[in-house]
Amino acid sequence: MSTKARIPHWADVTLVPLVSIALAFVISAVLIWAIGESPWDAVKMMVEGAFGSSYGWGYTLYYATNFIFTGLAVSVAFQARLFNIGGEGQAALGGLGVALVCLYIPWPHWSVALVAASIGAAVFGAAWAFIPGYLQAKRGSHIVITTIMFNFIAASVLGYILVNILRPTGSMDPASPRFAPEIALPKLHEMLALVGIPFSRVPPVNISLLIAVGMCFVVWYLLWRTRLGYQIRAFGESEPAAEYAGISPVRITIYVMLISGGLAGMMAVNSVMGEQQRLVLNAVEGAGFIGIAVALMGRNHPFGVVLAALLFGFLYQGGAELALWTAIPRELIVVIQALVILFTGALDNMVRIPIARAFAAVRAR
Amino acid sequence: MALTDTAMRQETAASDLAIELRGISKAFGSVQANKDISIRVKRGTIHGIVGENGAGKSTLMSILFGFYSADAGEIYVNGKLTEIPDSLSAIKSGIGMVFQHFKLVDNFTVLENVILGAEDSGLLRPSLARARGLLKDLAREFELNVNPDAKVEDLSVGHQQRVEILKALYREADILILDEPTGVLTPSEADHLFRILKGLKEQGKTIILITHKLREIMDVTDEVSVMRRGEMVATRVTAETNPTELAELMVGRKVLLRVEKTPAKPGAEVLRAEGLRVVDSHGVERLRGVSLDIRAGEILGIAGVAGNGQSELLEVLAGLREAEGQVWLRGEALPMSGAKFGPLSRRKQGIAHVPEDRHRRGLVLNFHAWENTAFGYHHDARFNPSPWRMDNDAIREDTRGKMERFDVRPPDCWLKASGFSGGNQQKIVLAREMERNPEVLLVGQPTRGGDIGAIEFIHQQLINLRDQGTAVLLVSVELDEILALSDRIAVMFDGRIMGERMPDETNAQELGLLMAGME
Amino acid sequence: MDIATIVQVIDSTLRLATPLLFACLAGLISERAGVFDIGLEGKMLIAAFTAAAIAYVSANVWIGVGAAVLASMVLSLVHGVASITFRGNQLIAGVAINFLAAGITVVIAQNWFQLGGRTPSLTGDARMARLQLPFADAVRDVPVLGPVYSGILSGHGLLVYVAFLCVPLTWYMLFRTRLGLRMRAVGENPAAVDTAGISVVGLRYIGVAIGGVLCGLAGAYLATGLSAGFVQEMTAGRGFIALAAMIFAKWRPWHAMGAVLLFGFLEAVANRFQNIEILGVGVPVQAMQALPYVLTVVILAGFVGKAIPPRAVGTPYVKEH
Repeated sequence: MSTKARIPHWADVTLVPLVSIALAFVISAVLIWAIGESPWDAVKMMVEGAFGSSYGWGYTLYYATNFIFTGLAVSVAFQARLFNIGGEGQAALGGLGVALVCLYIPWPHWSVALVAASIGAAVFGAAWAFIPGYLQAKRGSHIVITTIMFNFIAASVLGYILVNILRPTGSMDPASPRFAPEIALPKLHEMLALVGIPFSRVPPVNISLLIAVGMCFVVWYLLWRTRLGYQIRAFGESEPAAEYAGISPVRITIYVMLISGGLAGMMAVNSVMGEQQRLVLNAVEGAGFIGIAVALMGRNHPFGVVLAALLFGFLYQGGAELALWTAIPRELIVVIQALVILFTGALDNMVRIPIARAFAAVRAR
Repeated sequence: MALTDTAMRQETAASDLAIELRGISKAFGSVQANKDISIRVKRGTIHGIVGENGAGKSTLMSILFGFYSADAGEIYVNGKLTEIPDSLSAIKSGIGMVFQHFKLVDNFTVLENVILGAEDSGLLRPSLARARGLLKDLAREFELNVNPDAKVEDLSVGHQQRVEILKALYREADILILDEPTGVLTPSEADHLFRILKGLKEQGKTIILITHKLREIMDVTDEVSVMRRGEMVATRVTAETNPTELAELMVGRKVLLRVEKTPAKPGAEVLRAEGLRVVDSHGVERLRGVSLDIRAGEILGIAGVAGNGQSELLEVLAGLREAEGQVWLRGEALPMSGAKFGPLSRRKQGIAHVPEDRHRRGLVLNFHAWENTAFGYHHDARFNPSPWRMDNDAIREDTRGKMERFDVRPPDCWLKASGFSGGNQQKIVLAREMERNPEVLLVGQPTRGGDIGAIEFIHQQLINLRDQGTAVLLVSVELDEILALSDRIAVMFDGRIMGERMPDETNAQELGLLMAGME
Repeated sequence: MDIATIVQVIDSTLRLATPLLFACLAGLISERAGVFDIGLEGKMLIAAFTAAAIAYVSANVWIGVGAAVLASMVLSLVHGVASITFRGNQLIAGVAINFLAAGITVVIAQNWFQLGGRTPSLTGDARMARLQLPFADAVRDVPVLGPVYSGILSGHGLLVYVAFLCVPLTWYMLFRTRLGLRMRAVGENPAAVDTAGISVVGLRYIGVAIGGVLCGLAGAYLATGLSAGFVQEMTAGRGFIALAAMIFAKWRPWHAMGAVLLFGFLEAVANRFQNIEILGVGVPVQAMQALPYVLTVVILAGFVGKAIPPRAVGTPYVKEH
């Protein structure tokens, strides 16, 4: 009598997301058609724009890097059945961490600066997630609401700091000064040049991509190979059982939020240190929210997150191209993102039940 | 012809039958909860339905109340074939139901709860006024007094139950179904309830009483039907039967649970508790000064009707719930609250715990079997070679051994816990808790939901553990199990230990009296 | 600060509070019926766009308002299907709705008007007219009464008055009618409603649908009353402020009005003064913007009275016994 329809594990992790994304694409295609464009041409243009050149690839990977971080952040929290919707604010604060580290300490080399900035980003992001985590654990304040509120508070805090503290005198732009050129992160084309592969110099994709992929392995190891991960997953599956096993709900909730916030914060290494080279208002640009779609698509598994992040990287880069050459605005991607969230997250059962029926029918034969 | 036959029966029956069920069947997945059940309930009587846990009583009544729909069969209400696809139709046919778990809105007043769904009009005021008047009448007539303006969450359980009855009467129910109504009541509350039910009967109402307590059946019913494993096995006039016959019908075979065991050789005192008191979050005192001691190599059985403080006692001893009072292990006082209190430290000190509810607490159903065998022991040094890494291979190796020794089927450590049968799930939990040779084993409802084979195996394991010198505290609502396994029996009632007996110097009747709060 | 400024600020408080109030009551009713609604923002946004677009095309603001309500109801229906019929995660459904609205409004606006995701400015009958209350002119110069009646109460669009009228209506509906009793019951213990023979699904759909209507009005006022047209992301977090107000008010209609007036006032002050000095200390405008959210977190944390939501909110109803 369980509400969850029974589906083999492999189908659960492949078929369900694939059917969901297919549904999202079909609806988007109808939308494109309705505004008088050709869905087929749009797809071709997006694929061409995102994968047709090293320029396209560079942007796709740049976006994907952001989404891996935020997607991991949401996934880790989901593993403990916590819905951290505050990736946006945590990433914004992570940016502040990066900026402070990069602006106020004269680093001798980008590599040292990268390590320090990563730590700064993670610490600031984690600190911002700590308060909602603490309030959920100790006071039972609904984490979804508090993290939403903290997104807005983060925007105000950042606005104030940029305008009143970090902004260079005389500048009208609410942004920090540029970081020292010595600590500019190596871009992908520089790294590939070392092994003799030519790559476009324009896109901002940089060494943080490797950090992002590295974090996937770290998160995977954490969840399935360490005691903390074991406790996180047990807590997520059943709180009374976790209590019985001596797993403290308070501690796990706070740890998970720290890890999640830290991961979201680390996104800033890519966007602030890797691309902008300074802190600007709204440096996160919604990537925190895309993390939700990425985590749902990737079934809360780090490797799934990589694939889903690539998909969204493709959508963002392809969407940008689309906006450039057709009358379809970039926001079409937001629609697709919304549909993916809807189908994989909320209309889950609508997708699962027919698949489960199909399997039951096959089995019955 | 079958048709005339049916018609004739209907004619004779229609005059005096309130409810007739014919050939009701209902399956949940592969479980046949009701098999071709027929029953006739005479108008103006109290009709009992007895059966063990899982016999299908509640399912049958939920079908009658439209909460589930039957796969097959017919329902006749007052002689008329009636479709009951939902609760509304049941209510319209004059059927009311008091569920085991009340269906009340806690922060509504009694009046609001009573009129919910049976309001007279779009505005509440007239309905509330009418309900207030009716409640006053009912209170006078049937001893159903409740403060109409009290919030339900502030009422005692007994009063909440009265609200449920009032709800049904407000809807002008002629047929009232009560599902295990006394499970949550104190004896005086239960007596009060039975007075109410008899009063209702005198007014011509029909009452169907579902219970597994034979005493209640003998006390208040006119007729009784017995269910066993989804089937209706017999209906008797209460005055013409006796508890022994009913018990035989319920169990189905005349076997007394017997476990091969030698007399216990109790050693030194291992666990001692004094003056344990627990007040729950609703301010209800769940334990009222419980003291006990268990010696090495003996099984202390705690008998009692569910909900009399046994669960809280287990939780306090296992470190899951803070309490007043003190617990000693081998003479050493254990922390009762604070940072050093908790299931982990209790386990470390050698107190293992097989929880009553293995689905909620004992297992993570979505975890593989091997992940479950480390559950609670995930800090063990042998599973954690470094602070960073859990040695999953070592855990799996350990699991394979456990599965073999405890005959877990299938012996597949990659199967999720939810994929095992009830008995095998319990074996996984037992293997985990027993194999560390704990000083104390706390075990709650060890055989709930297990098949005969698993039950025998589990009982044997508990005896073996006792013989190895472990002090075992056994909590069970199955009196047979308590009698068969225990070396000493304590009976809990209303948060207290009513008395202690030796199993060979007592019998079910005496224990039953103690369980009902009578000394 | 002179009287005229105070009057202006309070006057603008009422305007700014209006969309918040609609949305807040929408969330309140939906959550009282047991359905989390963090999609208020999205429903307001799509209503704002629809109101502006249709009012522009039809040159009639009320056709625009009607269309806005319909558009918002469509998203409510999506929310209902996902979270009631398919028992999906209500929070995730809300998030999806917010993005859906954020994306689709711009895509369609660009396609229809080619103004970079905006609608053309509304003029004349396409804007919501400001009503002059009777005798407003006559009493304008009377002390106290004049500024209060003519300066503050008079001269708003019809929906402002409707919004404040919705407060007693909501209260009456929830606490004095059969529908309200059942809705509150379904938000607290759906099993009680189910066994009483009433449809849990139906009641929850009603709750969500009423929320849709109110969000539609909120968005319509935003685009035709408060502003004169739609711009991208014009709700700017108002849906979440409304959510905050609902928690702040602990799911009670009259308190909700108080909360949105407070939050509206903060916004009015922040709009009017770039820097505010309180007791000689400069308060940055960002602090004013963040205040509603901070207050909500404080309330949620239970340091100042605990905010306890309806007990069954967020949990899809599954039959069991």
